[in-house]
Amino acid sequence: METLAFMRDNAQTILFLTGQHVSIVGLAVGLAIITGVPIGIAITQNKKAADIVLYIAAIVMTIPSIALFGMLIPVLSLIGQGIGYLPAMIAVLLYSQLPIIRNTYTAINNVDPALREAARGMGMTALERLWKVELPIAVPVIMAGVRVAVVINIGVTAIATYIGAGGLGSLISRGISQTDSRQLVAGALCVSLLAIAADYVLLWIQRQLTPAGLRA
Amino acid sequence: MIKLEDLTKTFGSVIAADRINMEVPEGEICILLGPSGCGKTTTLKMVNRLIEKTSGKILVGGRDTDNMDPVEVRRGMGYVIQQIGLFPNMTVEENICVVPRLLKWDDAKAKRRAAELLELVALDPSVFLKRFPRELSGGQQQRVGVARALAADPPVMIMDEPFGAIDPINREIIQDEFLRMQKTLRKTILFVSHDIDEAVKMGDKIAIFRAGKLEQYDTPDTILAHPANSFIADFVGADRTLKRLRLVTVAEAQNGAVGTVSLTDDLSRAYAILREGHLDTIVVLDPQGLPVGWVHAEDAVGIGPVSSRMRPLPATIRTDADLRTAVAMMFTHDVTWLTCINADGRFGGCITQAGITRRLGDTYRSRSASAPMPQGAVA
Ligand SMILES: Nc1ncnc2c1ncn2[C@@H]1O[C@H](COP(=O)(O)OP(=O)(O)O)[C@@H](O)[C@H]1O
Ligand SMILES: [Mg+2]
Repeated sequence: METLAFMRDNAQTILFLTGQHVSIVGLAVGLAIITGVPIGIAITQNKKAADIVLYIAAIVMTIPSIALFGMLIPVLSLIGQGIGYLPAMIAVLLYSQLPIIRNTYTAINNVDPALREAARGMGMTALERLWKVELPIAVPVIMAGVRVAVVINIGVTAIATYIGAGGLGSLISRGISQTDSRQLVAGALCVSLLAIAADYVLLWIQRQLTPAGLRA
Repeated sequence: MIKLEDLTKTFGSVIAADRINMEVPEGEICILLGPSGCGKTTTLKMVNRLIEKTSGKILVGGRDTDNMDPVEVRRGMGYVIQQIGLFPNMTVEENICVVPRLLKWDDAKAKRRAAELLELVALDPSVFLKRFPRELSGGQQQRVGVARALAADPPVMIMDEPFGAIDPINREIIQDEFLRMQKTLRKTILFVSHDIDEAVKMGDKIAIFRAGKLEQYDTPDTILAHPANSFIADFVGADRTLKRLRLVTVAEAQNGAVGTVSLTDDLSRAYAILREGHLDTIVVLDPQGLPVGWVHAEDAVGIGPVSSRMRPLPATIRTDADLRTAVAMMFTHDVTWLTCINADGRFGGCITQAGITRRLGDTYRSRSASAPMPQGAVA
């Protein structure tokens, strides 16, 4: 009850922090799609390159977020951006690579060889094949990867408050330092709700992007 | 139209195609036939350059495919595979329009063509154009696969076991439809099969492969009657003469004189005809010329109309049916001869077991008279 009262009284702030949170995750995952999908496509051409890329992406995934922030501080300090928005975004960008690259790679690789054979035999070039056949068929799986990335990184971004990136994590960190359970719970609640809402929205987008012929 | 000269393909130490020489004349279906792994698919795919040859030459319509862009070669040939490979993200219409669009056809023209082709493969355009592949049965999918290959009206088609994944009943239907289409389309077709019955049915010529080598290239009837070696004889089967029954029509095996009388004639007239022709039986026709019964010589005595001694016909067979159907009908009705009818239902002579035996034996007699050499083989 107290928490709800707190949220009502501070709606303005919470809305602002949510906006910050969404902008970090949104921008970073957007960039991750732009980089990860082409990488995922590129590595379908070479099994060895694929193994290496996926291995590196998996290792990045295992680095605890707080450690990753710590590693980014000295590097980004060189350009005076050691803390704040930029390192948070870069961390999210890195964490998003694995689900997006891996899903793109798997989806393209799993396109029925008969389709590729038919497309080639009908005289499609590699690009025409990718654009007209492989990508449309891969879209649902790629989008599933994007959803995973978004949900994971809404959590990661909550921790980015410790490097001054703002976002809903601020409520949690303040709740801890001021031993104010209202703020703590409000923050945690908002992060969860945001993750659930984002997943729903992306699921809707995924359905829209799935070619009608592939919808169950 | 399609000419292969010393065509060879090696995969490491495996020689998948070994100096293949053959020519498919314009408008004919040539079946590449042989056991699994003998190099049929490899040979086929070298034609549309999905596999690059090791050496040799491929001429299509007189042009050396080496001097063409592979993509151009492929767009100019219809390609059908066993797995069909319809694009699941596209409607039937979009699938059929793929090559026309690659060739930058006008959109309206491509769509008109799609509807026309669906009609051709016996699918109602108003029902199927907007469907997706997953909403079609296997047989319907393969029909669309054929329509898609025909979209840009290529003079050449290459087909790799196109009907191999369809159940036997639908396969027969699709094969028949395809042959009916081919009668008017007259495409030059290379068609891979591992099924001798399909090869005999579909092929103008059959090329039999073994371990990368072309063993015999000839008409189905010659291959069945005169297999060039024991491998081919085994492959086409001990019942190969029976398979030839499919290749000959009733009209081609009819022999001997046949007498007819009219339903209203008198028995004495039947008797006269029977005696004059030294015949055992005479067929009775109605005033329209349709066969209605028969009279045995023993019964053609006494007085009265023919109809009084007439026996019913157990069955009739069309003159354009194949001998397999004729023989089956004879066995079914336990008879040694059948009355034939033309397409219009009128009397078209008779066919006898002796006539069939004689017709099938012709080729053996003429061969043994000349040299008993296998022909067409590069064994
Ligand atoms: N890409 C390839 N790499 C190596 N060997 C191959 C390849 N494709 C086919 N072969 C070999 O070539 C031979 C002929 O194969 P194929 O043309 O597919 O036979 P078929 O279609 O008659 O069953 C087989 O021995 C097969 O193992
Ligand atoms: Mg094959």
